[in-house]
Amino acid sequence: MSEEKQHISSYTSHILVLGALLVLTAASVAVTSLEMGKYNTLVAMLIAGTKAGIVLTWFMHLKFDNKIFAIFTVAVIVLFLLVLYVTFFDYSYR
Amino acid sequence: MEKHEEHTSHVHRDDEGDKLGMWLFIFTELLLFGMLFLMYAVYRYKNPVAFQLGGEELDVFIGTFNTVILLISSATVAMSITAIQRGNKKQALILLGITLFIAVLFLVNKYFEWGAKIEYGFYPGSNLLHELGHGTTLFFGLYYVMSGIHALHILIGIGLFIYVVHQIRREKIHSTDYVWLENTGLYWHLVDLIWIFLFPLFYLIH
Repeated sequence: MSEEKQHISSYTSHILVLGALLVLTAASVAVTSLEMGKYNTLVAMLIAGTKAGIVLTWFMHLKFDNKIFAIFTVAVIVLFLLVLYVTFFDYSYR
Repeated sequence: MEKHEEHTSHVHRDDEGDKLGMWLFIFTELLLFGMLFLMYAVYRYKNPVAFQLGGEELDVFIGTFNTVILLISSATVAMSITAIQRGNKKQALILLGITLFIAVLFLVNKYFEWGAKIEYGFYPGSNLLHELGHGTTLFFGLYYVMSGIHALHILIGIGLFIYVVHQIRREKIHSTDYVWLENTGLYWHLVDLIWIFLFPLFYLIH
């Protein structure tokens, strides 16, 4: 039939993941008021990226599911970053 | 934590295939929003001041509040899957009830947020935006399109949750057959994932 075995995450683990996400949200709001010039956006995106990674890994279960899902996900993210890079390569030299 | 399924079902099922299909759909969604983020990046690069001023017009409190409740709803969906896996139907329904409530609350907040902006004169084609110029118009155009498409996803999520709750009540989704709940959960986490980026890019521009 379907899966031979399945991973059941505990309530506690979900609460811990939520706690981490809320702490990062608070950090994201807090660093906005700091004066870091062009690094403000970079820091905001790093925090958002970390939060996204946490959601993908635990809430979306990539850590425990068939590895092909994680591989595809990374491929899609790399594809997006490549498109972003190529676009800005174009715009910055106009 | 391992559980061997001896449950003999007469219908053919392929949960792994169902999930793969859901993930492929999620990838198309990521690319759809990805292209909107790309547009955002280019226009912000070309209009940095207008985007910063536009961002300052948005309410950080309501944005943060919506971020927090959306994260909580992601956790309650994840927990409802745990409840179903453990065969605890009642807990699963309560957790999904909380999720549904939060989803509706998110849209109610959006209604008041957009309502205040429109009343103030920030809406596509408004005189105020015309006076403020190209950059601000682009900022608010992207704000309405991106948070609007995101809100549409919340609305679809509400529909999916109502269906899933109904199926759990009818015992169609239970401890040995819950891929519908898992896939709805994946969809909801995607909605959360998009918001994780929308929030700092619109509300927290420094």
